[in-house]
Amino acid sequence: MTKLTNSIRALRFAQGEMTQAELADKVGVTRQTIIAIEQGKYSPTLEMAFQIARVFRVKLEDVFQYPNEGGPG
Amino acid sequence: MSQEERTAWIMLAVAPVGYAVYLYLVLRAVGPDGLAAVDYRPALLWTVGGAIVVSIVLNIVSRMFDGGRAVKDQRDRDISRLGEYIGQSFVVIGGVAGLILAMLRLDPFWIANAIYLCFVLSALLGSIAKIGFYRGSFHP
Repeated sequence: MTKLTNSIRALRFAQGEMTQAELADKVGVTRQTIIAIEQGKYSPTLEMAFQIARVFRVKLEDVFQYPNEGGPG
Repeated sequence: MSQEERTAWIMLAVAPVGYAVYLYLVLRAVGPDGLAAVDYRPALLWTVGGAIVVSIVLNIVSRMFDGGRAVKDQRDRDISRLGEYIGQSFVVIGGVAGLILAMLRLDPFWIANAIYLCFVLSALLGSIAKIGFYRGSFHP
């Protein structure tokens, strides 16, 4: 199990309730891949992670979080 | 469900059905000279060829229901690669089994069937692995 978490769902709703299909089209992946990333079932490549952050116009750390062992981080 | 996952499901269904048809055809032809005397080659070629054609047709049909979209992304490629890697373990086992049987000078029937069985198991294992990655977690 990965420790990688993400805020894609919150960011989608913050951006006018963008659908998973719309995000998938903008990133150039399938909707199933967006669903898997959102649910923490798939760790995207670094390139895909940057593409997702670029769609939301935020920094990578605002989309993906990798907490430290000792606490949030 | 993505097209690639559908392809894995199709392979999971077609491979054992094709092999079952092959076994039926071969076992039905067993005569007094025993199993190794059966001319297995037509049955093998027809069932392998048939399985390939059926899987291509099913893939085309499933793609039509998907609106003709055939997007394959990084996740699909990663899952496909790892699934093939896992499935290919049986290809190696089949090759080694074929070598051993050949060195033991067994009838070509047994060599061909050992290799064919391992090909089928390779397809099954690879498909199960891919479906497992699609349905569960996948962290390359």
